Amino acid sequence: MTKVLHGGSPAGAAAPGSRPTPEGSSSRVPAEGSGREFGARFRDDFPILRQQVHGRPLVYLDNAATTQKPQAVIDAIGRYYVEDNANVHRGVHALSGRATEAFEAARARVARFLGAADPAEIIFTRNATEAINLVAQAWGRANLRAGDEIVISAMEHHSNIVPWQLAAEATGAVLKVVPIDDAGALVMEEAERLIGPRTKLVAVSHLSNALGTINPVADIAALARRVGAVTLVDGAQAAYHMPVDVRALGVDFYAITGHKLYGPTGIGALYGRAALLDAMPPWMGGGDMISSVTFEKSTWNVLPNKFEAGTPHIEGAIGLGVALDYLTGIGMDRIQAAEKELLDYGTAALAEVPGLRLIGTAPRKASILSFVLEGIHPHDIGTIVDREGVAIRTGHHCAQPVMERFGVPATARASLALYNTRADLDALVAALHTVREVFG
Amino acid sequence: MSALNELYQEVILDHNRRPRNFRAIDGATKTQEGYNPLCGDRLTLYVTLDGDRIADVAFQGSGCAISKASASLMTEALKGRTVAEAREMFARFHEMITSAPGSDAPELGKLAVLAGVREFPTRVKCASLAWHTLKAAVSDQDAGPVTTE
Repeated sequence: MTKVLHGGSPAGAAAPGSRPTPEGSSSRVPAEGSGREFGARFRDDFPILRQQVHGRPLVYLDNAATTQKPQAVIDAIGRYYVEDNANVHRGVHALSGRATEAFEAARARVARFLGAADPAEIIFTRNATEAINLVAQAWGRANLRAGDEIVISAMEHHSNIVPWQLAAEATGAVLKVVPIDDAGALVMEEAERLIGPRTKLVAVSHLSNALGTINPVADIAALARRVGAVTLVDGAQAAYHMPVDVRALGVDFYAITGHKLYGPTGIGALYGRAALLDAMPPWMGGGDMISSVTFEKSTWNVLPNKFEAGTPHIEGAIGLGVALDYLTGIGMDRIQAAEKELLDYGTAALAEVPGLRLIGTAPRKASILSFVLEGIHPHDIGTIVDREGVAIRTGHHCAQPVMERFGVPATARASLALYNTRADLDALVAALHTVREVFG
Repeated sequence: MSALNELYQEVILDHNRRPRNFRAIDGATKTQEGYNPLCGDRLTLYVTLDGDRIADVAFQGSGCAISKASASLMTEALKGRTVAEAREMFARFHEMITSAPGSDAPELGKLAVLAGVREFPTRVKCASLAWHTLKAAVSDQDAGPVTTE
């Protein structure tokens, strides 16, 4: 018997066996304007949100760090260990067949989610960081020479800076940085100037984790193509906020991480154009990535296995596949539209807090409300709002150059997900008033 | 008093607003950098030793209210103490901010206003940054900048 693991479906979406929602909503996602706020329709799918913290209802606004998991994902991981656990790709027995099938089905789901032409273009990794390092090492080693230029942006997360510094150090290549303006938007004239004949690779985030800026990655990829350079996009933040189509964007590599996509930690993926991946040497050696091994010479397996040495994070991939089904069931375009509305609401609400300054006000923005309060350190803000049940992030958000650019040691950051509501942002604003009271 | 009010007592808010000994010391015997990578707090501690005695101690830097107030209170408490007394004071201070809530905290005079930190384990590093920096400053080895990690 072949078993297919059921994908998760949002509450109210058509899904045999899905958990009934408390209000017993039936066969589909409620239409726009059905009265209930978008985020409120999905909260019941996330059991962790039903708790109190310090005696207050949890208001989770640290989604840019990690999102919470729908019940369907939690169930799929448990079900895998209860029913299907076996190692993949190597067994002739039934369980191994099922595990392999579920694992590869998850790969196909990632490919579909990102608009890739072929599941073989999806390499499973631990996270987006590992996906970027894979390219920096494997592609970098084969393609970078002394004097070549790697272009990144001034708003990158450390994970899209340090791998390129390591690659530059190893090859003699040079790192160039496209600056950002006072709103936190990329200065495209500078990008045009910096992406030149020596440029071999352009690495840029799709959505900045510290500022919320959405970068015009299709335009950047076009600039790179013009000079024969390849483009890597760090999609860790973008992929759970907006539809992504790697072919429409024209990018060569796209890195995502599962735990921000409402899936488990420890699983991420790299999309790479097949021609590029084929031409790259392997990164890690081990089982599964070879086609034959002798002590004289080993030969490499085909894509995607060439880049997946050792036993992978099987239940992580399966959980990620279910999470993507959950998102597809709702529709990434609808999530994007609803979150934009909520971001606008939050932006206006925060503007009313005396002494508050938003860091990151680019015209094209998503999900992130990064801010400072005059005379109050973000770390103190974080502790006080936590006592009100509100979880936000404070610190430099692994983007120290961004903090330096805006002349702040750190920011407080509220970040949205599909289950957030206006009430969550009202709770944040109320908690910020408490912060101001404490500090007199 | 709520845990929050105990943490952010008036004394702490006052030391945050107007940190004492917030200056550089030209010709200090020891100058030591301290860094809390978690939140980006940075401070530079200046210590002037007269034999084994701390003749003057001051700091500069940026940080949250807890780290700034703790550094400020520390400089006040240390002046005139011997290095051995300072080390012993750090040991008691550390015990106070990490002891179980409700248990008896060591007697620490003015520094006791920071006892509320023990209700907030994520803030222990903020309160202890200045002390870790001091410990490095008065150690015999030159260990480079100290971090709380």
